Amino acid sequence: MHAEIETETPLLRVEKLSKHFGFLKAVNEVSFEVYPGEVLGVVGESGSGKTTLLQCLAGRISPTSGEVLFNDADDGEVNIHALTEPDRRRLRREAWGYVHQNPRDGLRRYTSAGGNIVEPLLNMGHRVYEDMRGKALDWMAQVELDTARIDDDPKRFSGGMQQRVQIARSLIHEPKIVYMDEPTGGLDVSVQARLLDTLRELVRTHSLSVVIVTHDLGVARLLADRLMVMRHGKVVEAGITDQVLDDPQDAYTQLLVSSVL
Amino acid sequence: MTQPVLEIANISKTFTLHNQGGVPIGVFDALDLSVGPGECVVLSGQSGAGKSTLMRAIYGNYLSEDGEIRVWDGEQYRDVRALEPRELHRLRKRAMGYVSQFLSVIPRVPTLTLVMEPMLERGETADEAETHARELLARLNLPERLWRLPPATFSGGEQQRVNIARGFAVSYPLMLLDEPTASLDAANKQVVIELIRERLAQGTAIVGIFHDQDVRDALGAREFDVAAISLAAA
Repeated sequence: MHAEIETETPLLRVEKLSKHFGFLKAVNEVSFEVYPGEVLGVVGESGSGKTTLLQCLAGRISPTSGEVLFNDADDGEVNIHALTEPDRRRLRREAWGYVHQNPRDGLRRYTSAGGNIVEPLLNMGHRVYEDMRGKALDWMAQVELDTARIDDDPKRFSGGMQQRVQIARSLIHEPKIVYMDEPTGGLDVSVQARLLDTLRELVRTHSLSVVIVTHDLGVARLLADRLMVMRHGKVVEAGITDQVLDDPQDAYTQLLVSSVL
Repeated sequence: MTQPVLEIANISKTFTLHNQGGVPIGVFDALDLSVGPGECVVLSGQSGAGKSTLMRAIYGNYLSEDGEIRVWDGEQYRDVRALEPRELHRLRKRAMGYVSQFLSVIPRVPTLTLVMEPMLERGETADEAETHARELLARLNLPERLWRLPPATFSGGEQQRVNIARGFAVSYPLMLLDEPTASLDAANKQVVIELIRERLAQGTAIVGIFHDQDVRDALGAREFDVAAISLAAA
């Protein structure tokens, strides 16, 4: 059993990653690792660089310097920003999932809920219609959506339901890692709470590896195994989630924690 | 003498509240404690002496300075203070149970599921886990009509029994109990005492905070005075 602890290899390794916008150091020399099955929460106030970091990890924007090394099943560790665009797109389609804060950014408005959910499989070359419909129904059930609405357009869904469609869509192709940007932001508190329970259940049953960006410490406590606290583009504190929240060491983390109602 | 399950050597704890003047507040200094299999140690000392702080430091919920907190995980000693988060999660899952006096679980998840979770995480089947969860909840006299409900609306005593059922769902080499009997009536207190005794008989090492003298007496516990160490630190 214990040998595996020592031989474990990280799924994601980030080395001195920086992203500058002019004089602004949005992400400033950030390094960390994510291991398979781990949920890493990135917390900090608006403007701390969380979303920029996430976009660099997911290959959506290029960093100014530093490396994002992803452990690909076929090729071993690859520097995702040194890949050609087609190779990076293949990883984005097949190995990663991405959940936007606003479901509209992650869904097609004039495609049915079922169509939205299975699109990642189509992109990977799956073609058998019956399988697709079965998979869409299965995922609708897993994210607790009414399967009778498989043919409805998501624009007819409430915000919370749209977010569930987006989550199903981001998981159906069994990504190695899922990036989530404030997945429960912008929802009513009660809707948010139920969505959070669904996410927690999915993380547990599928042993998902996740990097989740949130400014909500309650979301972080419920979902994340481990936390990184960011301020002005730098990581000011990191550790196991309950320790960072219950015994914060850094002045900024102490302020964040004491500001929770 | 048998090998200890928990061996604390020379740890200290200081809180520094940066937004309140940044004055370091020492809790304890150079603390040593060793607990063997089947042994029950009760932390004593007045409120504020650092009993819960020590308990949380053992669990890795609070950081501590210097020294080592070595926990036997069944195969080797692991130093809580030196572990990476994923290693600490693994140590907790296989070797350390923690039951606090407050409901520390997710308020919207049904009671039965909450009690089953630690067993499912250890790889038990859903059937096994449910059978065992039902036994525990019944033993703790939680009415069956509540089992399918989330504990958010339960009374303090009911929530605490859910917490205890969850905490005792799997066997750990080390259990940390922070006033598990605080809001229980006499009958339920007796059930918890029996649960603890069974674990001690199985060789579990227990570190607890119990304010009731009768509970301490029933467990035949050794006292460890945290206050004496706190005073030495001051």
